[in-house]
Amino acid sequence: MAERSADGPALAVEMRGIIKRFPGVVANAGIDLIVAKGEIHALLGENGAGKSTLMNVLFGIYHPDEGEIRVDGRGTRFTGPRDAVGAGLGMVHQHFMLIPRFTVTENVILGSEGSSTFRLDRQAAERRVADLAEAYGLRVDPHARLGDLPVGMQQRVEILRALYQGSRTLILDEPTALLTPQEVDELYRILQRLREGGGTIIFITHKLREVAAISDRVTVIRRGRTVGTRVTSETTATELAELMVGREVVLRVDRPPATPGEPVLVAEDLVASGIRGEAALRGLSLTLRRGEILGICGVEGNGQAELVEILAGLRKADKGRVILKGQPITNVDPKALRRAGLSYIPEDRHNRGLVLDFSLTENVLLGNADEPPFSHGGRIDGDTTQALTQSLMEQFDVRAPSPATPARALSGGNQQKLIIARELHRQPDALLAVQPTRGLDVGAIEFVHKQLVQERDQGRGVLLISFDLDEILDLSDRILVLFQGRIVGEYLSGHVSRTELGLRMGGRGGDEHAAVAD
Amino acid sequence: MSTLQSRTSTSPRAPATWLTQAWSAVPALLSSVGAVVVALLVGALVIALTGDDAVTAYRALFAGAFGDRRALGETLVAATPLILAGLGFAVAFRAGVFNIGLEGQLVLGALTAGLIGGFGFGMPAMIYLPLALIAAAVAGGIWGAIPGFLKAKTGAHEVITTIMLNYLAFRVSAAAIGADDVFPVDPGSRATERAAEASRLPRLLEGTRLHAGIVLALVAAVILWYLLFCTTFGYRIRAVGLSRGAAAYAGIRWGRTITTAMFVSGLLAGLGGAADALGLQGRYYDVRVGYGFTAIAVGMVGRNHPAGVVLAGLLFGALSSGATRMQNTAGTSREIVQVLQGLVILSVAALVAISHLRLGQSLLGRLPSRRTGERVRSDRTSEAVSEPELESRPNPPAI
Repeated sequence: MAERSADGPALAVEMRGIIKRFPGVVANAGIDLIVAKGEIHALLGENGAGKSTLMNVLFGIYHPDEGEIRVDGRGTRFTGPRDAVGAGLGMVHQHFMLIPRFTVTENVILGSEGSSTFRLDRQAAERRVADLAEAYGLRVDPHARLGDLPVGMQQRVEILRALYQGSRTLILDEPTALLTPQEVDELYRILQRLREGGGTIIFITHKLREVAAISDRVTVIRRGRTVGTRVTSETTATELAELMVGREVVLRVDRPPATPGEPVLVAEDLVASGIRGEAALRGLSLTLRRGEILGICGVEGNGQAELVEILAGLRKADKGRVILKGQPITNVDPKALRRAGLSYIPEDRHNRGLVLDFSLTENVLLGNADEPPFSHGGRIDGDTTQALTQSLMEQFDVRAPSPATPARALSGGNQQKLIIARELHRQPDALLAVQPTRGLDVGAIEFVHKQLVQERDQGRGVLLISFDLDEILDLSDRILVLFQGRIVGEYLSGHVSRTELGLRMGGRGGDEHAAVAD
Repeated sequence: MSTLQSRTSTSPRAPATWLTQAWSAVPALLSSVGAVVVALLVGALVIALTGDDAVTAYRALFAGAFGDRRALGETLVAATPLILAGLGFAVAFRAGVFNIGLEGQLVLGALTAGLIGGFGFGMPAMIYLPLALIAAAVAGGIWGAIPGFLKAKTGAHEVITTIMLNYLAFRVSAAAIGADDVFPVDPGSRATERAAEASRLPRLLEGTRLHAGIVLALVAAVILWYLLFCTTFGYRIRAVGLSRGAAAYAGIRWGRTITTAMFVSGLLAGLGGAADALGLQGRYYDVRVGYGFTAIAVGMVGRNHPAGVVLAGLLFGALSSGATRMQNTAGTSREIVQVLQGLVILSVAALVAISHLRLGQSLLGRLPSRRTGERVRSDRTSEAVSEPELESRPNPPAI
């Protein structure tokens, strides 16, 4: 690779020896990233490997402590994103930096509306936006209100905006996270057209599949360092995985066969609407049995959030019922659900599972505060709770200086362990685990998976909802496919291929044998 | 669970260290003290610029605030409503509600107390005083609960509704003072009738105006500390204020919690008003003193911690009681005291901003929409514990 970077085509971006320290941590500990003009270059790494920090350094949001950055061959020292944009860089954030109430055109010209005049030459702007959209196949109605557009379209607006600002090198931060498979395909086509037009693309991802599908070359970073750059067509998924993780990767969880028992959690014909009033669940039914892990897979935005919130008592179902251990618990509040025997590991550790500024002990109180032995007659039993927290920390290997440490100071893995400790301590009958390993490193993922299997083996029902198909395939005894608010497929573990599931998740494929779950 | 419980009973743990927040205010308070010192130094500069001698001025200010029994009494008298209303600000703030309506709540509390005292019921002090205080607290509490309830039900922002309710409270007060055919009031002196002796807060110290209101304020601070940090009630308030999402997850009702917190907030402000009417004035004057607004600063400078609020209340009380002597003996304009108050607020605010900056670049992470910032922070935390050897490893070969 060295030859190619040195003597090959002109370079779009050269980052050498980038070091970026934060208090107590080195997020980038010496990263090299060489991106040639006109290529799609994947930046591959686990969550927490330092990808986003690196891109923020490149984009001028952070200033590197050490290292050299050259853009289009010129050494740069950006003082902010505006400089980066001026140098021809464009960033498409994972969560779009757009204004929902503005039209597409207004969003595109946002930030480059011109500072010298008060007048906005709307027509000229609209013409340019239309020309750009035409040139790269970014079909989108320039007059539509952004908030009315689906996610894939909104992403195109972000790309358009970067192009409008004159970007020659486009950075995409995990761009497929919120897209359906079809939208992902369209995105790939757009990126290919951009490349044909001479554009350069840096594609940040942690998914090997995406590297193979779209990139020309790939740079792998692990724990803040570049561990290798490969030509995509000359490497294998296994090699990349090992580079990324740093050791041989075990693809399957060790899991004895399940012995499902009686139904413990049953949902019947759930109907609910989403935040904007759209139909989110359209008659969803499922049955979770004791002693099994039931996986629900599907592309994000097909009703997972609504299903979880209804089961967790955070949202009301318009129709249908939920039954826990034979008792109706439809639209019951979270406290009553906990008492009835449901535990819930939420997807969002920072905004749901924990109060980050609370101590670990106070976080163990979350959802338990009103129950003995945590409190008696409204008075919190601090000693008992603290001792309990201490023992949970030992039992679940939560590494923290003390129970009085604020949760914010813990690593993601330790935060998740604390949540799991709290939720399992209640000895629930049914466990709702939503994206339980999101953002965790490999060691923590293995721990969480082991805990879930252990719970299953103790006769609890585990409902696993994940957007990570591999996690679903690894852990589930039975798999349901969620599509547009309905279960559109049910499979026994080991009796279904990824391809089949993938097609089902996109609403296609399979014959009609995949009956709706009982 | 049973095994865990048996463990816990043998726990050797010290009490209350389990709370990050109950004690975490201590270093914050110490740095607040530093901020106050900085403010006083800058204030000295301002005094010097006006052509006065800063040392003489401060000496007079200090003597006027603490120099003798009378001065000390005046400081405590001035601090009393500030502490009570400042506690009110703190409890609302802990629940995530910014109560700018303390002034209105305080006015209604003072008015209620003044009217009840003015009626001159033939009751013993054992009954009369508590009755007046409770009525004032309830009046302030209701006035506080209204914006809490509106926020809970409709999302109406408390900064708007509390300011509107302030004006409404002023009008109610003016109308009540004018209605001498209904209430025991004296429209001529724009006040209620003198409160019956049995309804008044007793004097504490001969030769001073110090009254039992300061005891009320200190007791309220202790009770509030206990409520906030040792009960499920306070836990709910703090959880809601720090993370509405996590509170919902735990089954804590946001609307009910903020409404209750605002009730308590208004209740404390109402008591502050009552203490002033029944302790210092002996009647309620329909004159805006602005305790409720200064109390916002008291709450903030005290870091919304009951102990801090008490100290901040004493500081602001000292500034206002020392101002007169500073003007009289040093010739420094008493408006300088307002400059000093402003400087204290400013330097504490600057301190808060700096401590945020020192958390790396976490300001980025604090903006909810800045996904990039949040990711960076998670980069940091996930590597913080697991990767101590990061820095010691050699660089990988360049590609």
